[in-house]
Order: sequence, then C-alpha cells, then structure tokens
Amino acid sequence: MRGFGLRVATGAVLLFLYLPIGIIALYAFNADRGQSWPITDWTTQWFGIALDNPTLRNALVLSLEAASGSTIVALVLGTLAALVVHRFRFFGRETVSLLLVLPIALPGIVTGMALNATFNTFHVPFTVWTIVAGHATFCVVTVYNNVIARMRRSSRSIEEASMDLGATTAQTFRYVTFPVVRTALVAGALLAFALSFDEVIVTTFTAGTQETIPIWILNNLRLPNQRPIVNVVAVFLVLLSLLPLYLAQRLTRDGSAAGGRV
Amino acid sequence: MTTARAPLEGSPGISRRLQTALYRHRAAQILLLLAPPVGWFGVIYLGSLAILFVSAFWYLDPLTSAIRHDFTLANFQLLLGSSVYRTVALRTIGVAAIVTLLDIALAFPIAFFMARVATGRLRAALFALVLLPLWTSYLVRVYAWRVILGKGGPLDWFFGLIGLPDVSLGYSDLSMVIVFTYLWLPYMILPIFAGLERIPTSLLEASADLGARSGMTFRRVVLPLVVPSVAAGSIFTFSLTLGDYITPQLVSNTQFIGNVVYESQGVVGNVPLAAAFATVPVLVMGVFLLLMRRLGAFEAL
Repeated sequence: MRGFGLRVATGAVLLFLYLPIGIIALYAFNADRGQSWPITDWTTQWFGIALDNPTLRNALVLSLEAASGSTIVALVLGTLAALVVHRFRFFGRETVSLLLVLPIALPGIVTGMALNATFNTFHVPFTVWTIVAGHATFCVVTVYNNVIARMRRSSRSIEEASMDLGATTAQTFRYVTFPVVRTALVAGALLAFALSFDEVIVTTFTAGTQETIPIWILNNLRLPNQRPIVNVVAVFLVLLSLLPLYLAQRLTRDGSAAGGRV
Repeated sequence: MTTARAPLEGSPGISRRLQTALYRHRAAQILLLLAPPVGWFGVIYLGSLAILFVSAFWYLDPLTSAIRHDFTLANFQLLLGSSVYRTVALRTIGVAAIVTLLDIALAFPIAFFMARVATGRLRAALFALVLLPLWTSYLVRVYAWRVILGKGGPLDWFFGLIGLPDVSLGYSDLSMVIVFTYLWLPYMILPIFAGLERIPTSLLEASADLGARSGMTFRRVVLPLVVPSVAAGSIFTFSLTLGDYITPQLVSNTQFIGNVVYESQGVVGNVPLAAAFATVPVLVMGVFLLLMRRLGAFEAL
C-alpha cells in the first residue's frame, strides 16, 4: 500500500511527541512519592495539597503578574513598531525588524546575563519589573510579527478614505486600523503571554530570589518530598496549554467573520 | 456603522489641530511612533548587551574578588588556552549539530505526510497536534523526560519488558540528545511542512512524466526545493540547543556553555569570565545565521 511507511512514521513521531506528556499526567495520580513504574496505587490527594501550598500560589501570582506586564509592554511596543515600519520608509527601517528579532535569535542565556549585568551595575533591585523587562524584550516580536502581517494583507486605502471623510489620526486608528488588526493583536498577546508564562532561562537571571512557576518547578523537582506536587503542577500546565489552542480556533472563526465585515 | 459616527464624536479643536499638524510632519510622526520601541530596545536591550560585552574585558581582582574595571584580554586568553573550556564549547556545538540533523530526519516523513498525503481535516488536525507541544511548558516537557529516564522509571521498565533488563539510559549524553531532539522537533516539522506544501504538484508530475521514480523525484526535485525550509528550521533547533543550560543539568551529567556561564556568573561571581564565554554562542550563532542565509533560510521563515 502506497504511503504505508509514511503513515507509520507519522504515527511514531506523534507518539514520540505525546507519550512523555501522557506519562507525566499519570504520575500526578501516583500515591507513591517515588518515580518507579508501573504505578500501583492511585490517588487524587496531591491536587488538594498542591492547591494549599502557599509558595506555589505566590509563584502563580508572580507568573501571572509578569506575563500580564510583559504582554502589555509587548502590545504597545510591538504595535508602534509595526505601524511605523509598515507605513513609512525611513533610514534604518530594516534594522528595526532585526533589532526586535535579536532577543529570540540570540541564546536566552546571553539576554539573561546582559540584563543581569545591567541590573547589578546600576543596583536595580530584583522585582516583578526586572522580570517584565526581560520577558517583554523577547515578547515584542510576537506582537510585531502578527500585526505587521495583518497590515500587509489589508489595504491602506481604507485608512485614507477615513481621513478623507474628516476623521483625525486618532479616530482613524480607533475606528479603522484597530478593528483590522484586533485579532492579530489578540493572537500576538496570547503568544506573548504564553512565552512569558513559560520562560525560565532569562528569568533565572532577572528574578533574583523571586519564584515564578517555572522557577518553582526548577527549584523543587529535585526534592523527593515535593515530587508529587511538581507532577500536579506539570499536569496543570499541560491543561493550560490547551487554552490558547482553543482560543486560537475561536479567534480564526471570529477573525474570518470580522474580515467579512470590513 | 462606526465610520459614520466617528466625525460627529469629533475631538476638541486643539487636539484635532495637533493631529493635523502631526499628519503633515512625517518626521515627527515617525519619531513619535518609533521612540518607545527603539528606546526600549536601544536602551534596555542593546545597552545591556554593550555592558555585557565590555565586562568581558574586565577582570576579577584575585585578592578581593571585586570586579576591576580595567581593560584586559586575560579572560579570552584563559578560554582559548584551557582545554576544559574548549571541550565544553565543542561539545555544545556538536550536540546542537547532532540534534539538528536528528530533527531533520524525524521531521521529514511526518511533514511530507502532512503536506502531500493528508488533506482537509486530517491535515488541520495533524498541524494542531504538531503545534500543541510548543505551547506546553518547556520545563514540564524536560521534567517528563527526567521522570521517564529515571532509575526504575518507565523506560527502564520498557527495556526489561523487551528482554533488555540491563540497559538503562539514565541521565547521560545520549539522554540529553534525545530530549533536545524531542523539545525542538515541532520547530523543524512546521517549516518543512510549509516548504513541501508550496511545491506545485505539476513539478512532481513533470518529473514522473520524464521517467523519474518517486525516489529520484524526491532527491532531485523535492529536496533542493525544501533546503531553505530545512535551513529555517535549523536556525531554531541549533540556536535553542546552543543557548540551553537547563536540559543538560536535568537529564545529563555534562556541562554546556550555558552551565559554565551560569556558574561563573552566579556561583563564583566571575561576571567578566562568564561574559567572555557568553560571546562564544553569539559568534557561533552569527556564523550559523550567515550560512543559513546563503541557503535561503530567511525567505522560508
């Protein structure tokens, strides 16, 4: 049968991608604190224990704060950069895109170290803002890419029509440009939020002694006592990763509807 | 419609006049829009990179362990002269290269199936399935492997099941290569899929009409056309492996450039040495990006 080999290879790769995630999900229900397989006794008690863990709750709050802050900064800076690069021809225009991609292209450890050296040199205390500074730096490009791609697909003439009809620059942005790029902004924001929420390498350099969720996992996964709670957090994060996929699907449906309206 | 309402809501005169004036002055507009992003990146990011680069030429006072802000090449001399640092650097680059090759090999069949065999809903579902792991926490995926590879864990159990009770990967170099390959695989599948999807079917038919068997068509027609996509995927797999220091620490006993940098900076406090060593992945990545650009990676991104 033609393509049988391909089918098997495709199935094998999917198994390779999903088996580890499936196995870690099972471990969250392991009554034993050890890691031995197969699991013999099952329980759901670790979920309650994880929920009551104050350090973990603080880490979650800090992660949400950092991700929200980075997303807001990324939205503002990414949109501004996309607007100016899309609309104008000016000296250094190509450099702007390069500059925004640089934090992703360079190894995270370089970005982390560089920021750490700066904070130390100027005696900046480690707070949620130092984390945001690190995360926003590599999140801007996700918003920028999404927004500029949308702008390239839409026509500039509708903005010109708005101005011709007497709208000011601000009104044109509010009533014409913004609705066009809205779904691109949401997609970029989702990506930025997820990137920030998950980031660990840059964060180890910009958090000081603060713990985000990934840092909490990193600090606790070697402690046998904490292992069941780490497993629960892992399952929580896996489930959380389904959320953007669901939202993205809703979004593309709304997006095509919005596209029809404009 | 909103467009009809907009002018009626009209902003106060001064604001409107300001906006009109601004609209006439392109330079002012560009400057206003550009100032926040370029300010952020220019000051916070490039400034930090500059401080890091400059500190690579400072040194740690051997007596007080304080950083002396005097120019020296000692850090680079130490790095170039010591076989330990050279081994770490070569190991990091070597593993990044092996992981990239493994990912290319694993990505091809599934990308080909997605692009040329699957259609409609199956293709959409496969696309989502390949994309989803990228949204799943990096640390969770490494941790899952740490559990799988652990003593008496699922993998040891599996080896026992197939009659190899003495085989155990444990936390080793091989384990690290497997985990890296696992982590970055979607980054390779997606560009290759996009590249394969772009090839017009007529090209493959022409090749078949001219008497080429499917193997020949694959080698002589398909492969050359997806080189840019493979190069684009390689940028991700290579760069992400090169800069990682968490995975080596969790599933192997070896050190990467990142581990040495992190320890020199955090544990020993020798920021100048760490900064000097951190220039290695930057230089390697620069060379790698130039190579990949020649293969057309940036057109395929």
